[in-house]
Amino acid sequence: MIKNIYFDYQATTPVDPRVVDKMIPYFGEIYGNPHSRNHSYGWEAEEAVEIARENVANIIGANPKEIIFTSGATESNNLAIKGLADFYGDKKNHIITCVTEHKCVLESCRFLSEKKDFNVTYLPVNSDGLISLKELQNAITSKTLLVSIMGVHNEIGVIQPLKEIGEICKKNDVFFHTDCAQAIGKIPLDVNQMNIDLMSISGHKIYAPKGVGALYVRRKPRVRISAMMSGGGQERGMRSGTLSPALCVGLGEACKIYSKEMETENKKLIKLKNAFLEGIRSKCDEIYLNGSEEKRVPGNLNLSFAYIEGESLMMGIKNLAVSSGSACTSASLEPSYVLKALGVEEELAHTSLRIGLGRFTTEEDVKQAVNKIVSEVKRLRALSPLWEMAQDGVDLTKINWAAH
Amino acid sequence: MAYSKNLIDHYENPRNVGSMDKESKEVGTGLVGAPACGDVMKLQIKVSDSGIIEDAKFKTFGCGSAIASSSLITEWVKGKSVDEAHSIKNTEIANHLALPPVKIHCSVLAEDAIKAAIADYKDKNKK
Repeated sequence: MIKNIYFDYQATTPVDPRVVDKMIPYFGEIYGNPHSRNHSYGWEAEEAVEIARENVANIIGANPKEIIFTSGATESNNLAIKGLADFYGDKKNHIITCVTEHKCVLESCRFLSEKKDFNVTYLPVNSDGLISLKELQNAITSKTLLVSIMGVHNEIGVIQPLKEIGEICKKNDVFFHTDCAQAIGKIPLDVNQMNIDLMSISGHKIYAPKGVGALYVRRKPRVRISAMMSGGGQERGMRSGTLSPALCVGLGEACKIYSKEMETENKKLIKLKNAFLEGIRSKCDEIYLNGSEEKRVPGNLNLSFAYIEGESLMMGIKNLAVSSGSACTSASLEPSYVLKALGVEEELAHTSLRIGLGRFTTEEDVKQAVNKIVSEVKRLRALSPLWEMAQDGVDLTKINWAAH
Repeated sequence: MAYSKNLIDHYENPRNVGSMDKESKEVGTGLVGAPACGDVMKLQIKVSDSGIIEDAKFKTFGCGSAIASSSLITEWVKGKSVDEAHSIKNTEIANHLALPPVKIHCSVLAEDAIKAAIADYKDKNKK
């Protein structure tokens, strides 16, 4: 039996056993409603939630009162963008975001432009996946309400210059929201140093459970958002609904662990990433890394294996759980909109895989994966007419292909 | 997505991989698809004087379904007359491999490839 190995840490992460341990009591023993103010059951649950809130606040240099618990980053992004637009929309109605943002940001913006008379500017990215600060500056008008740019990219792992973006926003009196689902625990974050007004956080990308996240909402100067759900006015009126103490505790503990261990974990991941990349590149030519080589988190390798279609490679390495940049696995058959935005040619985009390394990846895992990938790449290239033509010196761009 | 046994077998043990001399008069070559669409098939047939396909070879850039479709069709056309091979339908390939709906185009491409190879052969051997 061949062992399955998990290399999809950007899709989700397992819950850290230390996080599970902290959560368990809040399913049984301590079951109070954290919003019950008149008995000890409620107080105990509330105390746990407040400690968790502090742990979340600490990792981004925020005040605990600025943390709103949500169901995850999708909700946080919706609440931040639509909530802000609803509150300030009659004064300013322009949003700047970027073409490679997560779908929940892009769709929230699209909703506002289609239904709420907002104008949205979608900044392009350079071939390294980063936005141009100059273009951001130029896009800002007197009507600009919000800039929303993610911290670390889910598909290509590149790190946007948050501090510089924050400076531009502050100078121009524009709110700055950042989706940091993939950034928490991966890069140092400080909402004050980076002038961040709103930040989305996800639990399941940082070894906490699925179904919990947070939104940081700045208090000084105060940032106002309209609630999306009507209810009991929990979470300072911004997010009604009874909190799950177990989930909040899980998110808090995951942040606490990262506050202590980010540096050591990053060092380990850099080593593993280098071993992975060098292992493959030493045995195979024409392997391309998508996105900036320097400004990226070590846990993400988005690679194009020229002349091999991504899904066929995934089938060949089926004991390795990776994600395909080629969308042949999904219903659309379109290659990734992110790689397209980077200017990766479609033929190369079809050959891409995202390999995610994380807390529980071992050197042995990397060794096995490298061996398996190298042997499959060789097998599939021997099967590839494009590889054969390239080896014979045929310029593939000069052939009149019939699109189908 | 769970693939059928037949499909996985053809993907893991593809039949008739390789290339033949495309300049030879006995050989017909079909090259269909486009890299930008994510699949390219090269299918070659070697035809005897009596019009029987003696050998077939393929190389495919594409997903597992595309590789399996082209492998299967090389197996099917061997020993057939050119006309018989020309009448193979993509639905037969799709059924045999139990292709999921989003992968039907792979079988279409395989049908296109054999037709293109036959056309190339006929073109070379015009009386």
